[in-house]
Amino acid sequence: MEEWVMVLIWTVVTLSALGVLAAVILYFVAQKFKVEEDPRIDEVEKMLPGANCGGCGFAGCRGLATALVQNDDISALYCSAAGAETMKKIATYLGKVAPEKEPQVAVVRCGGTCEKRPRTNRFDGAQSCAVVASLYVGETACAWGCLGLGDCVAACTFGAIKKNPETGLVEVDADKCTACGACVKACPKGVIELRKKWPKNRGVYVSCVSRDKGAVVMKACKAGCIGCSKCVKACPFEAIKVENNLAYIDPAKCKLCRKCVAECPTGAIVAVNFPPAPAKPAEPKVVAPKADAVKVEVKKEEAPKAATETKE
Amino acid sequence: MKSFPIGGVHPSENKLSREQAIEVLALPDTVTVLLSQHIGAPAVAKVAKGDKVLTGQLIAEAGGFVSSNIHSPISGTVTAVDMAVNGAGLRQPAITIKREGDEWAEGIDLSKDVVRECKLEPKEIIAKIQAAGIVGMGGATFPAHVKLSVPPGKKAEFLIINGVECEPYLTSDHRVMLERGEELLVGVTILAKALGVEKSYVGIENNKPDAIAHLQKLAASFSSIEIVPLKVQYPQGGEKQLIAAITGREVPSGALPIDVGAVVQNASTAVAVYEAVQKNKPLIERVVTVTGKSVKSPKNLLSRVGTPISTLLEAAGGLPEDAGKVINGGPMMGRAMVNLDAPVTKGTSGVLVMSGEEAERQPASQCIKCAKCVSACPMGLEPYLISKMSRRQMWEQLEEERIADCIECGCCMFTCPANLPLLDYIRLGKAKVMGIMRARAAAAQKK
Repeated sequence: MEEWVMVLIWTVVTLSALGVLAAVILYFVAQKFKVEEDPRIDEVEKMLPGANCGGCGFAGCRGLATALVQNDDISALYCSAAGAETMKKIATYLGKVAPEKEPQVAVVRCGGTCEKRPRTNRFDGAQSCAVVASLYVGETACAWGCLGLGDCVAACTFGAIKKNPETGLVEVDADKCTACGACVKACPKGVIELRKKWPKNRGVYVSCVSRDKGAVVMKACKAGCIGCSKCVKACPFEAIKVENNLAYIDPAKCKLCRKCVAECPTGAIVAVNFPPAPAKPAEPKVVAPKADAVKVEVKKEEAPKAATETKE
Repeated sequence: MKSFPIGGVHPSENKLSREQAIEVLALPDTVTVLLSQHIGAPAVAKVAKGDKVLTGQLIAEAGGFVSSNIHSPISGTVTAVDMAVNGAGLRQPAITIKREGDEWAEGIDLSKDVVRECKLEPKEIIAKIQAAGIVGMGGATFPAHVKLSVPPGKKAEFLIINGVECEPYLTSDHRVMLERGEELLVGVTILAKALGVEKSYVGIENNKPDAIAHLQKLAASFSSIEIVPLKVQYPQGGEKQLIAAITGREVPSGALPIDVGAVVQNASTAVAVYEAVQKNKPLIERVVTVTGKSVKSPKNLLSRVGTPISTLLEAAGGLPEDAGKVINGGPMMGRAMVNLDAPVTKGTSGVLVMSGEEAERQPASQCIKCAKCVSACPMGLEPYLISKMSRRQMWEQLEEERIADCIECGCCMFTCPANLPLLDYIRLGKAKVMGIMRARAAAAQKK
């Protein structure tokens, strides 16, 4: 036989023998160091949405699944993205008491649209709310409201927040929102709040977070809360409090009667997803009429001429 | 020519106002004195609405050791102790005073004679500097007395006076060195005495040959002050860069200049120290460069603290029509302003007006890892990396990458061919990481 054939055969034989030997060693090692894992963890993980959004406080869905399987009391563990039904299913599977949590939805508490809150400058730096918040007041004179650069949009795993170019604000799609809270953490201004989710996605809330005094708010934005306290008197359920020049409606006490909405002089209290009332319609949230867009463009052109200032 | 060892860039110098002698700005009718115009705790107001105050009278007391006293820049009546909008558009506590004449508080020597001799003890000197509310006038506004109070176990070996003024456009320190050179050098000897150092250096970038020659001539009559011309390279005036250039010592990561035996003070600060110690005059005015390519007459204005920036712009021929950005400070490290009625502070070294076209940032493209930013970084960091990490909120890794060493000089962004907003993100990450580090240190101290 020729020499190269022998070399070939020997090579194949030695490598195969090495392979078999390694396989045997690995088999025994694997047996010896086998990690016993509850197979239910896999099952529970499959039932969870798998978005790894981190809303539950764990790094991902597997973390929550492990905790659900290992803890006897799972009342503090909840996946808002899965919802009550799935949590019940998981609890039944595990033979535990299902955790309960009122359904919630993210609410953007700022009504400072381009029309109501004029832009005083233009920012041409890194397009990030966190960067703007660390540098200066933002493109408007309000130091509290939505900066509109969409850190929350980027943080949302479910595509539930979008920026409305007409208003310059972000809007939450209540049907897609799972109340995981990622947007709440991403917003450097603390504009977004998780509030009780009512049937038909209705809600009444103060769409402003400015703690400035009334006169300062009025200068910066026509839709801001001026802390006048009229709503406090109007509320029959004592659900509204004014602290630091800002009204807040306690979602636990609010019954959606909408008496405050009619009282609010600036329209800072909004009622969303209600059918239009026959006489005086409750103010719809952010459906801007077309005329707004035209006005906005005029303003944009004026801004550089006013030649104040932009950001570095 | 001496220089710092790594990195740096050379932007166009544009020192438009270098030949303009310091001009005294007419006294403003009202001033807004921010209570937080230094690094550290805000000052605490000591006057109330309706109080009559004299020029140079203490109106706000330091809110801690790392804080600074604030004195009234004019005489008149306090009209408000409330919030005022600063240059960034944010509301800050401030004292507003309406001017009535210009009556100075007692004990302040307003004569022009230069008093060379200082018989005070080091401790007395530092106390006087602290009382006068002197802060670093190069822009960082770090209280001067803190730097001069050398912690036990450490020893100051050199005093370095920063007359580099490496920021393009700015000329306030340049003019101060030319016009108040003798006072400056007396200030240097006072500072040296306070620190107990033998040797003082004044570092000046080589684009100011007149200032170098002038001070060298004057320094001949002072012992142990050396004027050091430095290569024109940004950021030559960075504290750590200046120490490296002059002494050849590197301030280690996380350490302070005093750890290598150096104390750095700005040139204008040295003049303020002179005035405080020899003339009892607190820090209530400073030279501000008002400049820009389309500004009618760029100027160096001696302005009282609290004067609205808009007044300074008026004095320089008004806000030009094509203005796009008004920057508080220079083009490299300054910050754009959204409120031109914001007041001059102790750290306002310049007001720069850039045209819309000049100021507009170019659209950013992709990072191609060309590493120009790495070569430009004078702190030896990797800007492209820490910028991206900041964007991704990788705080732990950022600390390992030494983001806290960043001096925010902007060389990385200046040199980036992709126009990436590198520093915007780095600043964000640095603030976050330093916050985490401070919280950890505080927690460790509690234990």
